[in-house]
Amino acid sequence: MIWKKIKVGFHKLGSPPVFYRVCQVVAPWLWAGAAVCAAFGLYKALFVVPPDYQQSDSFRILYVHVPAAWQAMAGYLVMSILAIIALVWRIRTTEIMAMMGAPIGAAFTTICLATGSIWGRPMWGTWWAWDARLTSMLVLLFVYLGIMGLYAAFEDKRKGARVACILILVGLVNIPIIHFSVEWWTTLHQGSTISFFGESSMDASMMPPLWWMVIATKLMFGAALLDRSRNELVEQDRRKGWVRQKMEATA
Amino acid sequence: MNGRPLLALLRRDLRLAVRHGGESLMPLVFLFAVLILVPLGVGPGPNLLAAIAPGMVWVAALLASLLALEHLFRPDLEDGTLEQWWTGEVPVGLLVAVRLFSHWLITGLPVILFAPVAAQMLYLPDRALGVLMLSLLIGTPLLSLIGGLASALTLGTNRGSVLLSILIFPLVVPVLIFATGAVSAAADGLSPQAHLGLLAALLILALPLVPLATTAALKLNIE
Repeated sequence: MIWKKIKVGFHKLGSPPVFYRVCQVVAPWLWAGAAVCAAFGLYKALFVVPPDYQQSDSFRILYVHVPAAWQAMAGYLVMSILAIIALVWRIRTTEIMAMMGAPIGAAFTTICLATGSIWGRPMWGTWWAWDARLTSMLVLLFVYLGIMGLYAAFEDKRKGARVACILILVGLVNIPIIHFSVEWWTTLHQGSTISFFGESSMDASMMPPLWWMVIATKLMFGAALLDRSRNELVEQDRRKGWVRQKMEATA
Repeated sequence: MNGRPLLALLRRDLRLAVRHGGESLMPLVFLFAVLILVPLGVGPGPNLLAAIAPGMVWVAALLASLLALEHLFRPDLEDGTLEQWWTGEVPVGLLVAVRLFSHWLITGLPVILFAPVAAQMLYLPDRALGVLMLSLLIGTPLLSLIGGLASALTLGTNRGSVLLSILIFPLVVPVLIFATGAVSAAADGLSPQAHLGLLAALLILALPLVPLATTAALKLNIE
């Protein structure tokens, strides 16, 4: 009985007006959660965590760099799942969501590259190196830009979304390359110091702010995704009845 | 199913390429234009040229493969031939594979055949020539496959060409890395085996999968 209700509720999300309302209700909570987690995490990262024995205070950029990098990749995985759903079941709201993830993912990738560059200048003595991790991350940025460009080039938005979904799935090969790049090639970027299943080589006292920031970026991505999808949906459907009703009701 | 439609498509594509004489020579002309301009641009010193030779030959080959992509599927879309592909009994994925094969014959094969000349122009050490040709033999089909996919993805858009290069660039990065890695290793007297192995692995992975993705993209574009 409950299972059936969940199923019906899930399918209702494919209907634009229902999707619009759900996004409208859920997104502010996600934003609020992201703000709280980020504020808490940044406070701990900047004031509570002790300075690194080697890098002193400059290592604190890690608390933006690492969560942004993880989110850039996690965002791509989310988009890939949405793309599969969109291609197999042709649900319009998932098509839109898959497309709207790209600019957010590109933004996180840019943050990751920029903070890494700023961090690299004092620690490595260079803004940029043609290292495997850096290069594969740059490739990810261009994959994101390619998806955005391809979607924007189509006049028929549904067709554009589906074609770009194929590109999302092709670009998926890059994600494991990014993850394993520090193991396959031993160039400048360090290996993982944080492990989910074993013991991390980072000191335990430095970990909690990282988790707060990771949760904050996840919530931020979700909130931005819902907001952007809602806007795109309204823009595409601006001549349709349900949008007119919604807008008249709020005006 | 018999193979006659596939052969017919291949013969038609090649005949078109031959009769458009000038156009099918473009990749080769382009390759040599780049290879002539490089020594003039960076200076004719043999040491410097030998060091950058693997990368330059490969970048030139990559750019040459881009030239014909714009017209890979578009004329067939415009005159309606592409839709006919779905009415026949031959799986469309095979037709796509044949089309990509003819693209490789026109843009990839000449580059491989003229690679010894290109290598001489840039003073590539003789011991690396075999590996250069082998890397081109494995790598240029990958360029055709990736280029074909990108050209199918952009088929429904009006401003295909800029988009085409943006889509192709990130996908060919691994090909370029492993291919030039192999040639550089050989030039330095090291074993190119690991790089060539990874390049071959990419080809083996792409050969069955990319025509499928290309077919799916084409189908979306004619709907």
